[in-house]
Amino acid sequence: MPRSIPVLVLAVVLLLVGCGSTATPAPSAAGPSAEKSLILATTTSTQDSGLLDELLPAFTRDSGWQVKTLAVGSGQAIELGRRGEADVLLVHSPAAEQAFVAEGTAGQRRLVMHNDFVLVGPANDPAGVRDLDGVGVFGKIAAAQALFVSRGDDSGTNAREKDLWKKAGITPEGSWYQATGQGMGATLRVASEKAGYTLSDRATYLAQRDTLALDVLSEGDPGLLNVYHVIEMTTKAGERVQPDGARAFADWITAPPAQQRIGAFGQAEFGQALFTPDAGKDEAGLGT
Amino acid sequence: MDVLRDGLLEAVRLLLTGDQDTWSITALTLRVSLTATAVALLLGVPLGTALALGRFPGRRVLHAAANTGMGLPPVVVGLFVTVLLWRSGPLGAFGLLYTPTAMVVAQAVIATPIVAALTAAALQQVDPDFLLQMRALGATRTRALWALLAEARLPLIAAGLAGFGAVVSEVGAAQMVGGNIQGETRVLTTAAVLATGRGQFALAIAFGLVLLTIAFAVNLFVTLAQQRERASTSARSSSA
Repeated sequence: MPRSIPVLVLAVVLLLVGCGSTATPAPSAAGPSAEKSLILATTTSTQDSGLLDELLPAFTRDSGWQVKTLAVGSGQAIELGRRGEADVLLVHSPAAEQAFVAEGTAGQRRLVMHNDFVLVGPANDPAGVRDLDGVGVFGKIAAAQALFVSRGDDSGTNAREKDLWKKAGITPEGSWYQATGQGMGATLRVASEKAGYTLSDRATYLAQRDTLALDVLSEGDPGLLNVYHVIEMTTKAGERVQPDGARAFADWITAPPAQQRIGAFGQAEFGQALFTPDAGKDEAGLGT
Repeated sequence: MDVLRDGLLEAVRLLLTGDQDTWSITALTLRVSLTATAVALLLGVPLGTALALGRFPGRRVLHAAANTGMGLPPVVVGLFVTVLLWRSGPLGAFGLLYTPTAMVVAQAVIATPIVAALTAAALQQVDPDFLLQMRALGATRTRALWALLAEARLPLIAAGLAGFGAVVSEVGAAQMVGGNIQGETRVLTTAAVLATGRGQFALAIAFGLVLLTIAFAVNLFVTLAQQRERASTSARSSSA
């Protein structure tokens, strides 16, 4: 069957391209784990704002640990930690974190930094919430039945938002309250397109402000403080957890050089820092 | 509309200036999806052959299953593979989750039913007497099968291309088992999703255009080879 030979050759070439390329990546695939590679589960805000791109290469340079980042909501990040699928967590859902640490599988939990949540919405502000405090805002939005776009994904931001509704004594439901189930960047986009209100961390909002038709309408309320902690996992969560990697990362991010990077991040681009470094501070004194 | 124009310009700029991140993301995309397609061909062609020609109990049910599998949702495959590869899962010891290998596994699972179902369809198109004739002419069973596959080579190549198209464009499984880790498991689709999440729409569109370009290049290469083969075949048979 001589005429089928070119096709067979082609098929073989196709296979070899495929197989050959499995052979080449093999060392690099084995490489990082042979080197040292840890899994960091963190929030979408640290990735969407670009902070991790700034920090992680420096950490790898300083410590020799490669970092695999899973940017998910704080709820999922904590769940990954609980299952021993991640070595270290960088999250901002304090109530859920405390409950999680109390379970006993996590190691040390340390304060890293804070920024704040801002309530953003369309400039014409249909519910009239501009410059109201945190709780008042939510009452007004509900009363006006103005569109509110929620993350709805059990992230730290979503947890805070639900908390604020609760404080306002409101169970948000109805067609004016919509949950996207997506990250902060995507949720801001939906709010912008639909001219709705949403709660965002300041870093993600500032990083994307230019592409959004949303203004900051309420800020500065103590209830809007957004605090990030680093949580080390231990082998109690799973036998393949790497406590030494977790410790290395937690030590590094709370040490002065990394804290300086955090404090400087965003100043060049946005004219203001996106996060305030807080390592070693007393959490109760934040935001005052 | 500015964003579309910016996206196009950005795509051209990324490709022409040899932006290193873009190239490594593109190379990884090709490496993962071509390898997964190769695995799918190795598994799917024999499976599809068995479905088309085999006589065994449950063949029709399996055939229906393969046809259903053509629409396997990548995110569901990704979830299953993730749970299997978890550190606490049955295959956790290999430490494969969030590696390109895990992405190849998930994408091979997605592409195999496509290749198998299309292979079965291709072989069933061939005259049912073909195998009998080959055997009557004295061909061994293996040789006759080989001839049958050669006869159906054009639709078989199409099956491979369909498998490749399905995996190179999927985002659900790549995101879940790969984790979209910079420099390690970030492929064009997950990079586009991330850029969108960051509000970098032009960059996201650029990644999309790069993806279309490489998918087109692969298809063009295979199609040209296929058509050249077809032309030479018909030339030969008409001269004979």
